[in-house]
Amino acid sequence: MMKHDASTAGDQATGLPSPPHPDGAALAIEGVSHSYGSRKALDNVRFTVAPGRFTALLGLNGAGKSTLFSIITRLFGLQAGRIRIFSHDIGREPGEALRRMGVVFQPRTLDLDLSVTQNLLYHAALQGIDRREARIRSGDVLSRMGLADRAGGKVRDLSGGQMRRLEIARALLHRPRLLLLDEPTVGLDVKARAEILGHVRGLVTEQGTGVLWATHLFDEIVPDNDLVILHEGRILAEGRVARVVAEAHARDLHSAFVQLTETAAAPGDAMP
Amino acid sequence: MAQYLTCLNGIVWREGLRFVHQRERFVSALVRPLVWLFIFAAGFRQVLGISIIPPYETYILYEVYITPGLMAMIQLFNGMQSSLSMVYDREMGNMRTLLVSPMPRWYLLACKLLAGTVVSVLQVYAFLLIAWFWDIEPPLIGYLAVLPALLLSGFMLGALGMLISSGIRQLENFAGVMNFVIFPMFFASSALYPLWRVQEGSPMLYYVCLFNPFTHAVELIRFALYGKMNWTSLAVVGGCAAIFMIGAVLAYDPSRGLSRRGPAGGET
Repeated sequence: MMKHDASTAGDQATGLPSPPHPDGAALAIEGVSHSYGSRKALDNVRFTVAPGRFTALLGLNGAGKSTLFSIITRLFGLQAGRIRIFSHDIGREPGEALRRMGVVFQPRTLDLDLSVTQNLLYHAALQGIDRREARIRSGDVLSRMGLADRAGGKVRDLSGGQMRRLEIARALLHRPRLLLLDEPTVGLDVKARAEILGHVRGLVTEQGTGVLWATHLFDEIVPDNDLVILHEGRILAEGRVARVVAEAHARDLHSAFVQLTETAAAPGDAMP
Repeated sequence: MAQYLTCLNGIVWREGLRFVHQRERFVSALVRPLVWLFIFAAGFRQVLGISIIPPYETYILYEVYITPGLMAMIQLFNGMQSSLSMVYDREMGNMRTLLVSPMPRWYLLACKLLAGTVVSVLQVYAFLLIAWFWDIEPPLIGYLAVLPALLLSGFMLGALGMLISSGIRQLENFAGVMNFVIFPMFFASSALYPLWRVQEGSPMLYYVCLFNPFTHAVELIRFALYGKMNWTSLAVVGGCAAIFMIGAVLAYDPSRGLSRRGPAGGET
């Protein structure tokens, strides 16, 4: 039976390190709840993303992942709880918090009529980066994401995978130390998915960027990653993948997930 | 400070680029007032006689009289269409790009308004250029003097559009609401007929026109086009611009339209 709260003490059983204390975390979420009218979408959500770590936010459709992202990025007002980005509270220091994170939302947010470079320059302006610096950085991020040859072309002409890579490139313009991605590989083929994952994992290992990767696809998560399982608005597990699987006495992540979500279902509910 | 300016430049520049790429929008924005000018005004030239009223110093043709009204009409449509695109962007997700900027939210929305206003001012000048060939020739100083008037009235109408759009949940509802806003505002104003004429016909309608901010936008433009100032209209337009803007910022809620059904299909 999995504890609902991650303990802050080290875990003697598996010898794996415990989750970081909220003050040192890239992203610290405490007690966040959100309701759409009478429907409760998030219930007392609490977890952290450590700096320089790939953290997977695993949950089915409807679990509340996008709602959580909208709250972290201040699109929705924070109804309850506290969110801090590198210790900057998003309620009290929103500018400082937003400056430190880059976001790739699930729906496409590129201007299809404009060119690749124009999209990047617009985003840089929104971050307060002047034109000259923006051009230099655009070149850098395009190279890093393998899109340098598409700089002058229209976004409309890019493939789905290339558009996603452009969105990631755009999110990196202001050099955030935390990157949030909401199901970035949805709708892409196997090759494109692997490319995007590879690029983002590269950011973690080469740049030390902290990543929160929301997904419902198990094969995008490896045992060494940090994991947060969100189910029907509640956190069911938090910690390194290997530890979560071990504590659930399951064979692999998929079985652990099924077991945890079935246990969490209230009596009388239909099984997922 | 420099960052704020960079942000403003970026938003205005992008709005301009998007407008240039949507040529049909530009053409249709021009065709509407031109139809009113060429066809409607010509037809009614004999029907309506305009006696001398400020700022005019001689008898004027009906086409000359309705030109400021048509200029304001361009801005009215533009303001409403900008807010329509904001509702669309909210559904499609483009507003997110704007709103995750670290700049204060009220500043971002004000920049967006300003960008829309600049676009509408360009449309108005294009209209004035064509109208010049139709013998609508205000004094040369008027072309310059009308610029601040256009910026202020464009801002007011854009802010009104933004305020209305914050109450709309879905794109489909928007067109209906527009019918209740654009046409009443345009017809219950001094755009097509001087207010003293309205007063002769119906005192109640006269008061409706008098309290309609659009009337004052038209009068502000009318006087400015002839190098004069209408202080009452300036106060009304300025005051309404401020009120609508504050209301729009307070009411703006990106999660509207998502309250009942949760995020749009495909999102979790």
